[in-house]
Amino acid sequence: MTFDLGSTTALWWAVIFSGFYHGINPGMGWPLAVSAGLMERKHSALPKALGLLAFGHLLAMLAILLPFSLMTALLIWEKEIRIGAGLLVIAMGIYLLINRQHPRFLARVHPAKLALWSFLAAMAHGAGLMLVPIYLQICKIGVHDIGHQAASTLMQGNLVNAVTVAFIHTLAMTFAGGIFATVIYFWLGLKFLSKTWFNLDIIWAISLILVGVFGIYSAYFGH
Amino acid sequence: MNMKPDPTFHATAQLAMQAPVENYGFTVMLSPDGSQSDGIAVVDLNPESKTYGTIVHQVIVPNKGDEFHHFGWNACSSSLSPLTGHAFLERRYLIVPGIRSSRIYIIDVKEPLKAKIHKTIEPEEIFAKTGYSRPHTIHCGPEGIYVSTLGGGGEDGTDGPPGIFIMDCQTFEIIGQYEMDRGKQDKHYDFWWNLPQDYMVSSEWGLPPQFENGVVPDDLLSNKYGHSIHFWDLRKRKNIQTMDFGENYQMALEIRPAHDPSKSYGFCGVVVDTTNLQGAIFTWWRDDDGVWQSKKTITIDPVPADADDLPELLKGFGAVPPLVTDIDLSLDDKYLYVACWGLGEMHQYDVSDPMNPVLAGKVELGGIVAHHKHPNGKDFAYGPQMVEISRDGKRVYWTNSLYSTWDDQFYPNDEGGQMVMARVGKNGEFKLDKDFYIDFPNGYRSHQIRLEGGDCSTDSFCYPNV
Repeated sequence: MTFDLGSTTALWWAVIFSGFYHGINPGMGWPLAVSAGLMERKHSALPKALGLLAFGHLLAMLAILLPFSLMTALLIWEKEIRIGAGLLVIAMGIYLLINRQHPRFLARVHPAKLALWSFLAAMAHGAGLMLVPIYLQICKIGVHDIGHQAASTLMQGNLVNAVTVAFIHTLAMTFAGGIFATVIYFWLGLKFLSKTWFNLDIIWAISLILVGVFGIYSAYFGH
Repeated sequence: MNMKPDPTFHATAQLAMQAPVENYGFTVMLSPDGSQSDGIAVVDLNPESKTYGTIVHQVIVPNKGDEFHHFGWNACSSSLSPLTGHAFLERRYLIVPGIRSSRIYIIDVKEPLKAKIHKTIEPEEIFAKTGYSRPHTIHCGPEGIYVSTLGGGGEDGTDGPPGIFIMDCQTFEIIGQYEMDRGKQDKHYDFWWNLPQDYMVSSEWGLPPQFENGVVPDDLLSNKYGHSIHFWDLRKRKNIQTMDFGENYQMALEIRPAHDPSKSYGFCGVVVDTTNLQGAIFTWWRDDDGVWQSKKTITIDPVPADADDLPELLKGFGAVPPLVTDIDLSLDDKYLYVACWGLGEMHQYDVSDPMNPVLAGKVELGGIVAHHKHPNGKDFAYGPQMVEISRDGKRVYWTNSLYSTWDDQFYPNDEGGQMVMARVGKNGEFKLDKDFYIDFPNGYRSHQIRLEGGDCSTDSFCYPNV
């Protein structure tokens, strides 16, 4: 990893910021951590719940990023893959923009299965997809840095990249969500739960579209 | 869709108690013989208003013979469930089923004075999509709107068991049956739940032939009405335990779980114990092994009476049964109000210790033999029946009709619809408000009451009190 390159640094910051962004979205689960702490009547339940939510989120990121990391081995299709990924992310954004229905199936998960819930919530929101164009751009820059190496070495590097992206993103997400949950649990009280709860549906869907557009743009005009 | 959660959604019951008080009430207007169309009366409950304590608007539906009974909101505090992660529904529509016609009206009450019908769901659609008939209790929950029904398929509703169906909370499309494994459940009435603890409790009245044309004395005396409650895994939609109170406990109706979701207990009212005519309340709870238990914690005795003063149905017994037909629990889980429709009494129990309720107050009004008058000097038809408590617990509203054909059997000489209110003082003193008395328009009776912004039998809270 080379952070001195301007655009690489920017990309890694994008990974971190997307984590913050996912973290503050109540749809990614911080109210569940507050609820867990209160229902179990002990403080330790809150960090435990955050941990489980983080685990589910991490799995959801990996479930999306790993297949793409394998595909990056197909160097000749590199551009097509990036355009395809961009279109997929845009499609998800448009789908979420049109389909504004109450997410019924998430309500069928048992309240104690936090990791499963978090995994499904992230999948349903296309949270992993939001990272794909950023991730592919990171891999792309990596290729230029490393030069022409054997496909296997490259794939290995991209695999490490995928895990790193998922990990850093989830860490940032947990940090941001954790702050919300902790402040409401310990200081502000539940009155602020409904006060701080904003509808991010449209902004979220537009974010996906923008990230997808960025992916396609960089496939054509990037490094 | 809102950008922020509806201000009438509250994370805890405590926060709901501190919220602004109700300005309007919505009450069922029932034409018992179907000669007029049923409706919803909008009642002004703002004491500062010139029209306080009167009906200020009526939504009269186009059909006749629907028989309105219970109704509920499209969305409530359950929208703040951390699991849905999506709190942006609006508490705006009343879901009003006709239990005789199986038709459902969706009424838009965003502007209470201009409340109007938003959508009508015809009976055929309900029959086709659910296999159920005679929709009754409404609750808003994790998967949308849940509607309990009293009948199965077929003309008389006995083709298959009744149950619950789910409706989309935005489009009001009927999604289908709730149950995946109903176990022994073959009758239905009320249901409610504890969302974080993921359980639901349902109760039993009787099948349509047992109530539509009046109570069937032979069925009652041979204990054929419902006497069990069912515990469900809410999200798995599975009956996990059926609890039989005993066959003499006829008609286990209203289910009232503690509002604080960290508590695992609640109450169920039983209309009549056929061995002694008592009314009864059972407390149910989950023990340390996760098994549901129950205990009879309140009994209300019948009052001896002259056969001459009794309706045909009761002459042989020489007594008035209390007939516990509705119960309601205040949001602080402190007071349980129990309607004794036969006696003409509204009881207030302190249930701070749910295993040892204490009778704290009592209001006498109406009654089969007693005929208690209202403090304003007017008569009160029938007895206290559907009861609703304000969120802050300071006002208790109730109406008088039980069910068209049953009113006529138990009170053959009474007619009319009334809504009254009792006040609850700082230390729980429970007294009728002399100045609050609404006489319903000619030919109409009244039933369930819903309060603007939620009340004590609508909202489900997803976070414990602090």
